[in-house]
Amino acid sequence: MDDVLLRSLTPQVLGILVRRGADFATAEDAVQEALVEAVRGWPADPPRDPKAWLVTVAWRKFLDATRATTSRRRREDRFEDEPAPGLVPAQDDTLALYFLCAHPSLTTSAAVALTLRAVGGLTTRQIAAAYLVPETTMAQRITRAKRTVAGVRLDQPGDVATVLRVLYLVFNEGYSGDVDLAAEAIRLTRQLAAAVQHPEVSGLLALMLLTHARRPARTTPDGSLVPLADQDRSRWDTGLIAEGITILQTALARDRLGEFQAQAAIAALHADALAAAETDWVQILEWYDELVALTDNPVARLNRAVAVGEADGPRAGLAALATLDDSLPRHAAVAAYLHERDGDLATAARLYAEAAHRAPNLAERDHLTRQAARLNQQ
Amino acid sequence: MAKYLLLKHYRGAPAPVNNVAMDRWTPTELEDHFQFMRDFSARLEASGEMVDAQALAPEGSWVRYDGEGRPPVVDGPFAETKDLIAGWMVIDVDSHERALELAGELSAAPGANGEPIHEWLEVRPFMSAPPTFTE
Repeated sequence: MDDVLLRSLTPQVLGILVRRGADFATAEDAVQEALVEAVRGWPADPPRDPKAWLVTVAWRKFLDATRATTSRRRREDRFEDEPAPGLVPAQDDTLALYFLCAHPSLTTSAAVALTLRAVGGLTTRQIAAAYLVPETTMAQRITRAKRTVAGVRLDQPGDVATVLRVLYLVFNEGYSGDVDLAAEAIRLTRQLAAAVQHPEVSGLLALMLLTHARRPARTTPDGSLVPLADQDRSRWDTGLIAEGITILQTALARDRLGEFQAQAAIAALHADALAAAETDWVQILEWYDELVALTDNPVARLNRAVAVGEADGPRAGLAALATLDDSLPRHAAVAAYLHERDGDLATAARLYAEAAHRAPNLAERDHLTRQAARLNQQ
Repeated sequence: MAKYLLLKHYRGAPAPVNNVAMDRWTPTELEDHFQFMRDFSARLEASGEMVDAQALAPEGSWVRYDGEGRPPVVDGPFAETKDLIAGWMVIDVDSHERALELAGELSAAPGANGEPIHEWLEVRPFMSAPPTFTE
């Protein structure tokens, strides 16, 4: 059994411990310890029933931890207050844990960290490495998060939208350290989709799959960004694209549109084009109109201006852009692109340089600097 | 989740409100200041927002390549250098507002007469990794 398969049992095992009356914080530590023991011992001595093994070991760890504290009496009292373990299906536990870890009382970074540990089964060290902070910092963040949700009962209903936001952020973080956060976000979103029927969960999963499919073409081996129009489309993962489109179509058929379905529809239309010139920008623009109507998000409006430029010409794109606040991130980059399409190379070069100056990361800055330099050489 | 550098200057920042050189403070004022800094760090560690904190010695050298097979040129320190960094804190916080809030608290470290120094701190965002959803 590989590491990911083992970790996929995390929420089920944790759910069982909590249903037996364990408090969430202690149970979560106990499950982590059991996972560590499994990673160490299973290669030589694999259990017949991995889940039962994890439950047994984690429960023993939980009892050890409980006995070790001086507040034993208090904990025992609390046991008696807890409801008797019921025969709730494991999927409900999984869903309840997603809600708990994305609870609105948590800050975003706390929700992300707690989700990756308690639902994803990652170690604190792995999460710290992925977010480039010291392990002690991440440990504190998780401890505080657990304290924040200590009073929340696992059977309280939650909001799927808060969970989706956390998973979206994990996916967007990409890849650093030894954990592929994009792949982990996809795994956790798949698991969520199996636990709850919700068109926006499917929408986000489709969006992730369709975006992930382009990853091999998105950067050169040296890390430089390759814009969508210049990507080698033969390197897109057709299996992920097909899966993403199927999931999206099923979701759209339920006729409850949301922002993730709209974004996935745009990604699907890009995926459909065998060459950049074949992109159906008119349909993409229609989806951006839907997206703007759903979210009124300034970033969606900015991307819509690009689509307007492609569908109706750069002048129309610039007119759409003129209605937006020019302090928006990437505003100058979009303006530069549209001016270049419009033939005003001097303005485009100046705006690319300005965009490079305001770029939020090195890969984008380098890319924009190259665009400015290319135009200045002409 | 974004990282920020809180930069403290020996020289080059605008003058603080409570502008008395540290070597003119009373021993109690100094100890109160050091304790404030330790408490501030401890609080960031406990909140899971601390990444790194370092201090730099004021002296330093300027170094440059001087051609193939030659040792690098070493010069300085130049007394006229306007900007002299004293140290930094790297924090990992949920928002730009939170970074400003923490810098504001750090700037309130006590100085002479136990009053806040109102020192100017420079807050600089880190360049992040490129996000996945940008296309």
